[in-house]
Amino acid sequence: MIYYDKVTKVYPDSSVALNSVSFGVEPKEFVTIVGHSGAGKTTLMKLLIAEDRPTEGKVFFESLNVHKLNKKQMSKLRRRIGTVFQDYRLIPNKTIYENIAFAMEAAGRSDSQVASDVPHVLELVNLSHKIWNFPKELSGGERQRVAIARAIVNQPDIIIADEPTGNLDPTNTFEIIRILQKINELGTTVILTTHNKGVVDAVGGRVITMEKGQVIRDDKTGKYIL
Amino acid sequence: MIFTTFKRITRTGFISFWRNGFLSFAAVVVITLSLCVFGALIFGSAFGRTLLAEVKSKVDINVYFTLDAQPSDILALQKNVNALPEVSSTTYVSSDQALADFNSRWQDNALIMQGLSEIGSNPFPAALNIRANNPSQYASIVNFLESKNPLNTDGTPIIEKINYQENKLVIDRLSKIIPTIEKTGTILALIFALVAIVVVFNTIRLIIYTARDEISVMKLVGASNTYVRGPFVISGIMYGIVSGIITLVIMSACAYWGDMAVLKLAGVDVAENFHLIVNVLSSYFMANFGQIFLLIMGAGVILGGLSSYVAARRYLKV
Repeated sequence: MIYYDKVTKVYPDSSVALNSVSFGVEPKEFVTIVGHSGAGKTTLMKLLIAEDRPTEGKVFFESLNVHKLNKKQMSKLRRRIGTVFQDYRLIPNKTIYENIAFAMEAAGRSDSQVASDVPHVLELVNLSHKIWNFPKELSGGERQRVAIARAIVNQPDIIIADEPTGNLDPTNTFEIIRILQKINELGTTVILTTHNKGVVDAVGGRVITMEKGQVIRDDKTGKYIL
Repeated sequence: MIFTTFKRITRTGFISFWRNGFLSFAAVVVITLSLCVFGALIFGSAFGRTLLAEVKSKVDINVYFTLDAQPSDILALQKNVNALPEVSSTTYVSSDQALADFNSRWQDNALIMQGLSEIGSNPFPAALNIRANNPSQYASIVNFLESKNPLNTDGTPIIEKINYQENKLVIDRLSKIIPTIEKTGTILALIFALVAIVVVFNTIRLIIYTARDEISVMKLVGASNTYVRGPFVISGIMYGIVSGIITLVIMSACAYWGDMAVLKLAGVDVAENFHLIVNVLSSYFMANFGQIFLLIMGAGVILGGLSSYVAARRYLKV
């Protein structure tokens, strides 16, 4: 479903974030990418949603070369990928409802669909009571749940979650992981990056270990080994 | 679908105009100040044009005829002068008319009236008042008159005197100064307008800069450029509309108070007697309100909308 083909990324300050990385992700997989900070995990995610371009190599989503798409195709592709960021990236001057509705409206959903799906998805992440609040009135864990709600509301083919638990306490961390697992059980591919040993052990599943921009291990049912 | 998108963009634009109260306020203040510069330019040029027209119209030449010149000869000459392309108007004042004018003007002054009655006959010559379209054209009109000068029955010329030489200095100076003032005014207006545009653009750029993360998130969620940029443009247009309305209110107040100040400065009597600059601004404002409204609102909407459109572009490249 996703394939990184000898991807190298060198940043303008000539630091090498990725060095000829190749691996694939199958549909309905739950893949955890682990590694220290600076190992290249976030860069991998950014390349998949074309927030950044690789210096060399290609990234495929199904048969599409992500970096050969025009603007319109790019927007369409991004609607098929739900993204969850470490820093939540909610829109500060929109309410929780509007934040989620925005993703649906951007995807061209009808008003009635928006009105029925947004409360539904907030119920899934257990935040129905905060629907008219603004992001700054929510705790970190709640914001991250909103971010997940926004990521899944368009029923994407894949969720990528880049350090979604990086800023959260253990209780909230496991709440987030539980939600991601539930989404995965419903048939959505999930790619999760983390440097938290507890998260890796809780998830089980496939673990890709990265170090200094290279994949050093790829285990079918891995444990956190670094 | 297009309608739905438009509706959503407009709604989002309105909401963010309202919610980003302080930024909207800042933008409205800056755009209002810029539009006030435009307003001042409009008023300045109206005032300047009226003043120049006033001064130009004050410049004229009088042709005085001999006392025995025949009115028919004078009228024939007037017709010839009127035919000249440089001439904007001529007024014939017969000697009887000149006497009547003098009488009505000095009727309360016994001394002068007594002096006049002692002369016995009408001492005032007939005169032709000539106004040219442009002060620089008087020289050629005078040339024409001197060459044309018709003769009386007794063979003497009917033109006694043309007061051109006395006015020549003023006329020459004005014909040099007026184009300079017009040119300088235009250049200054362009510079001010440019400064205003740059300031507005930079303010809006800063506002959109504060929303750059928001823009990138919207793009990463899969929104199209139009969908992300639209609300900013709508907000920008609203800044323009609100600023335009405020500016028009300020302009009408300025027109009113400005006229009052001029009246106070010149004194109501003086101003009225000399048909000076009475209510130049407010009458100009009212007479051209439609145009001014369109100009100010249009400038506001274009400044706000276009600045937002251009400023948002660089953050859309995600």
